[in-house]
Amino acid sequence: MSTHSKAAKRFVADAERMAWHDKALYAVREKRDRMMMTVPEWEGLRRLSSEIKRHTLSRLGHYLCEFERNATANGMVVHWAKDAAEMNATVWELVREHGGTNLIKSKSMLSEECGLTPYLEERGVDAVESDLGERIMQLLHRPPSHIVLPAIAVRREEVGTLFEREMHTEPGNSDPTYLTHAARKALRPKFLDADISMTGVNFAVASTGALAVCTNEGNADLGTSFADLHIAIMGIEKVIPDMAALAVFTRLLARSGTGQPVTSYTSLYRRPAPGKQIHVILVDNGRSEWLADAAHRNMLKCLRCGACLNTCPVYRRSGGSTYSYFIPGPLGINLGMLRSPKLYHGNVSACSLCYSCSDVCPAQIDLGEQIYMWRQQLDGLHLADPVKKLSVKGMDFIMGGRRRFYGGIALARAAEKLPRFVLENGLNPWSAPGRAMPPFAPKTFNGWWKKTKKDE
Amino acid sequence: MKVGLFIPCYINAVYPEVGRASYELLRKVGCEVEYPLDQTCCGQPMANAGFEKDAKALAERMDALFAKYDYVVGPSASCVVFVREGYPRLLDNYKEHACVDARIWEICEFLHDVVKPARLDARFPHRVSLHNSCHGVRKMDLSSPSEMNVPLHSKLRDLLALVEGVEVAEPERRDECCGFGGMFSVEENAVSVAMGRAKVQRHIATGAEYITGADSSCLMHMQGIIDREKLPVKTLHIVEILNSKL
Repeated sequence: MSTHSKAAKRFVADAERMAWHDKALYAVREKRDRMMMTVPEWEGLRRLSSEIKRHTLSRLGHYLCEFERNATANGMVVHWAKDAAEMNATVWELVREHGGTNLIKSKSMLSEECGLTPYLEERGVDAVESDLGERIMQLLHRPPSHIVLPAIAVRREEVGTLFEREMHTEPGNSDPTYLTHAARKALRPKFLDADISMTGVNFAVASTGALAVCTNEGNADLGTSFADLHIAIMGIEKVIPDMAALAVFTRLLARSGTGQPVTSYTSLYRRPAPGKQIHVILVDNGRSEWLADAAHRNMLKCLRCGACLNTCPVYRRSGGSTYSYFIPGPLGINLGMLRSPKLYHGNVSACSLCYSCSDVCPAQIDLGEQIYMWRQQLDGLHLADPVKKLSVKGMDFIMGGRRRFYGGIALARAAEKLPRFVLENGLNPWSAPGRAMPPFAPKTFNGWWKKTKKDE
Repeated sequence: MKVGLFIPCYINAVYPEVGRASYELLRKVGCEVEYPLDQTCCGQPMANAGFEKDAKALAERMDALFAKYDYVVGPSASCVVFVREGYPRLLDNYKEHACVDARIWEICEFLHDVVKPARLDARFPHRVSLHNSCHGVRKMDLSSPSEMNVPLHSKLRDLLALVEGVEVAEPERRDECCGFGGMFSVEENAVSVAMGRAKVQRHIATGAEYITGADSSCLMHMQGIIDREKLPVKTLHIVEILNSKL
């Protein structure tokens, strides 16, 4: 059994919670569908987005250098980091030079990828998440379970209890508006007193040297407005050629992710305000290698909208915490395998190959097809499940010839005569609780055909 | 029109009546049908489990067995998709447009796109819920995927329109996966059964007596759940409806 399969069994056991999680996320998918149907040129936009990304990735060095040149001319400072350690060290150096220990953060998957928050906490920096969902997860000491809706697996009653403890809200009050107001009140001084702000980057526009940061809560904007040092961290795949390209992506991002026409705040940072500084860190952390991998380089086209999670029937019914990589769903299965097959191959089973993710992706990434490819690669990486391998070899033998095949069917038919407790136990994996074995027909199609042809 | 009938392994063993209906249906619309006796399995189960290479011998076998037919037709969308997508990677001396992958059809798309019968002389006075299987929808275009902004169409619905008395419904979330997925149903059986249960419930909610579609594997998975929970609905492959008698 894979790590995902084991963990998912526990999630599924709480049927009510599973149904609720599935419904909440499918509602987002439906919102996305309605929004997508209002754009007649939708499929053309997806194609365009995929092609712009492909073009950019094929000239990545060129566009990164163009971005660096223009951003520097605008007065930003650009840093390069080859891996997580270098990124974290760069951030720490900037923090130390600047002084202060209060850092206000907006949501960044790169920060999760590089373990930045714990790294800073170890050094006495209070890095406060300012996205509400992300803040809930930070206070719960749990990782986000969705890349866009980090607290989607947390019920409002749990948030009520958490806020009661952390913010002294009324006992038993889990009204979302009330709790949001409480969070806003508690976060406000964190914004006002922040020494440093940190944001991720949705798109870095090479031709203008500007950073696009998209949020729904305006938390990035508020954070960067008070502190006089803004540190922006981005994976190198986030660079795009120009503003025309940005227009394509902003039309797709929120529609795909949350079913909004556009994110509530789409802010462009071009030059620091007088007396302030913007530092951008361009992070590789494996991306150059992924770019060289022809079978999987498409993953670098990802806009991080989360649509593939919302549509994934397996993710919706197993939750983010059942995946061993910090990003779940079809996206996380693929990114985890790029990061380390050895550590994260336990997620590859979490896919029924329905390919809904591939059809929903606004950058036309072949997510499902790539999961299929990873399954093929496991054996070569010596990571294939030996039981599965054996059963495939067995199937292969049975199917290898007509006599073996019909001999196998006869055997299976005889096995059916065994008592129910023999067939329906843990050793017969098809017979999961809740699904009966299909009975073999008394006569195969082959048998019928031969008889029919003889009679004719 | 000479057709080589492809009967997937599990249909041969578990659902021979689907094979029979396919044969009769193809004959009824004027095809000359032959069935190569030596066929076993297309190799999809091995491939979905991550051992596509182990399906190579089966692919060579299929290619040789069906070499003489202009049309190879089978009642399983997912097997046909595997032959089309997987065989070009598997066959030695693969030549585009010359091997079985270029000549294989799922029976509904074959009827709809190639034979185009004006009538079927079939009657099925029941309410049925259409099961739009993932590979049929997203890999074969049997109907338009709900994720995409494309004109609505359904080849299955078009064919059922030729059947007298049948009432066609579709479940909510019309093309969400039922959770079969080959090896997935074994390796991730908790999620697989949860998906199947939800799918069957949505089919039942349409008020249908039958769940029908072009993939016996999805139907087999859902029938397993129906049998275990004694639910008031049955599964039936679409060819059995298209081949029903007046």
